[in-house]
Amino acid sequence: MRYSALKILTQGLTGNKGWTPVWREPEPQAEYDIIVIGGGGHGLSTAYYLAKEFGEKRVAVLEKGWLGSGNIGRNTTIIRSNYLLEGNQPFYEMSLKLWEGLEQDFNYNAMVSQRGIMNLIHSDPQRDAFVRRGNAMRLSGADAVILDRDGIREKAPFLDFDNGRFPIQGAIWQPRGGTVRHDAVAWGYARGADSRGVDIIQNCEVTGFQIENGVCSGVETSKGAIKAKKVAVCVAGSSSRVMETAGMRVPIESHVLQAFVTEGLKPVIPGVITFGAGHFYVSQSDKGGLVFGGDIDGYNTYAQRGNLPVVEDVCEGGMAIMPMIGRARLLRMWGGVMDMSMDGSPFIDRTHIDGLYFNGGWCYGGFKATPASGFCYAHLLSTGSPHPTATAYRLDRFRQGRQIDEKGMGNQPNLH
Amino acid sequence: MIINHPLLGPRDAAEFVNRGDACQIDRPDGMTASMDEMHDYAYLRDNPAGEVRELWYHEQGDRSWLVVTRNTLTHEITSVEMARDVARARGRST
Repeated sequence: MRYSALKILTQGLTGNKGWTPVWREPEPQAEYDIIVIGGGGHGLSTAYYLAKEFGEKRVAVLEKGWLGSGNIGRNTTIIRSNYLLEGNQPFYEMSLKLWEGLEQDFNYNAMVSQRGIMNLIHSDPQRDAFVRRGNAMRLSGADAVILDRDGIREKAPFLDFDNGRFPIQGAIWQPRGGTVRHDAVAWGYARGADSRGVDIIQNCEVTGFQIENGVCSGVETSKGAIKAKKVAVCVAGSSSRVMETAGMRVPIESHVLQAFVTEGLKPVIPGVITFGAGHFYVSQSDKGGLVFGGDIDGYNTYAQRGNLPVVEDVCEGGMAIMPMIGRARLLRMWGGVMDMSMDGSPFIDRTHIDGLYFNGGWCYGGFKATPASGFCYAHLLSTGSPHPTATAYRLDRFRQGRQIDEKGMGNQPNLH
Repeated sequence: MIINHPLLGPRDAAEFVNRGDACQIDRPDGMTASMDEMHDYAYLRDNPAGEVRELWYHEQGDRSWLVVTRNTLTHEITSVEMARDVARARGRST
């Protein structure tokens, strides 16, 4: 069923009796060409592009829980392409371009809202660094504007410009950045994949791989064995646990990132704003809640909950740039498991096992990458060669000295 | 989280910096190790869901290194040792 304004009107006049389920709930077949493990944002977008762009007919997505139950279901919904390094920036700019056409492409309202992202500058060296970053962004075809204090004041007059410790000296602004309704992304991709014949199988946990003589020919699941020519792992925070069953260790640690939402307020935050002297970022949802977050907690965990010291640190960051936030009451907070890689950048690659592919290491920045991650993974799976914007995301890059370390922190995941 | 420091008693984990898996105590000899050994040591981790032994550095305290045994599903800490004792027991230093 194609969605349109006319459809809503006619359905509204006829008692809304004509809507059908958005996707099927099929039982797994005995064999597929490609199995995608993980029914989150990246897995569903991979399946969608496999079916739509690469004409793959026999594709299944296996999901341990329910569709979109991982980090696509709870994140701070920011999209942007403001990276510096060659291996990253063209990829994220491709992702932002896909976001811009996404709703028309999969005929689903994902509430893509390009309200702009503003990274504040608090010192001279930081301005130099951000100008350099802005130039790198523009070289990749993205947009970047350096704002002075007056330019910021026009957009966000409530900031604490003359803060004693962290006075605001300027900002780098990406007008095309913004926010997206995260659940709708999962639902839109699922619907688009399902309508093109992809089997999305929920409550189906992968417990192992069928690997013989270095070739992967299928998976063991809680619903029995399923054969596949290619198996594509795409499980974010569970990457190490799933790859362990294939006998592989990966350059990833699982950490927790906390996020926070306040009670609904009248419109006050114009776009996304980030603090440059600590780690704090905030936007306002369409319902009015301030959505904000900061650093990961800094220790390995699968517990999906964090601790209080980081809550304090995030709130201090918020108070440093916008003291008015101190009056807002928190409605809820949560923690998600992040697949933190050794250099802070992701992997989209084949493994040394034939037929087994890996996508992961997205750290706390996977949401914005959802369209390009799926597109590039589908490209690799279907054509056998990496997409031109994702050639750097190799599993063996540390062995070759080709880290993509945006923050320059070295092989310590909790510092990225 | 509260880390029960062997010398200082219970301390807030916020005083510490986490340096990841305690397997990093077993650094291969840089003069003789193969490329693979060095790569695996520096970049690959078990990252288990469950009990893990990890290095914590008491940066805001006595600057000692600890080996903390902790559960990554519950955050429960079951054992805290001085890293130097662990390293000596493994023949890492005298």
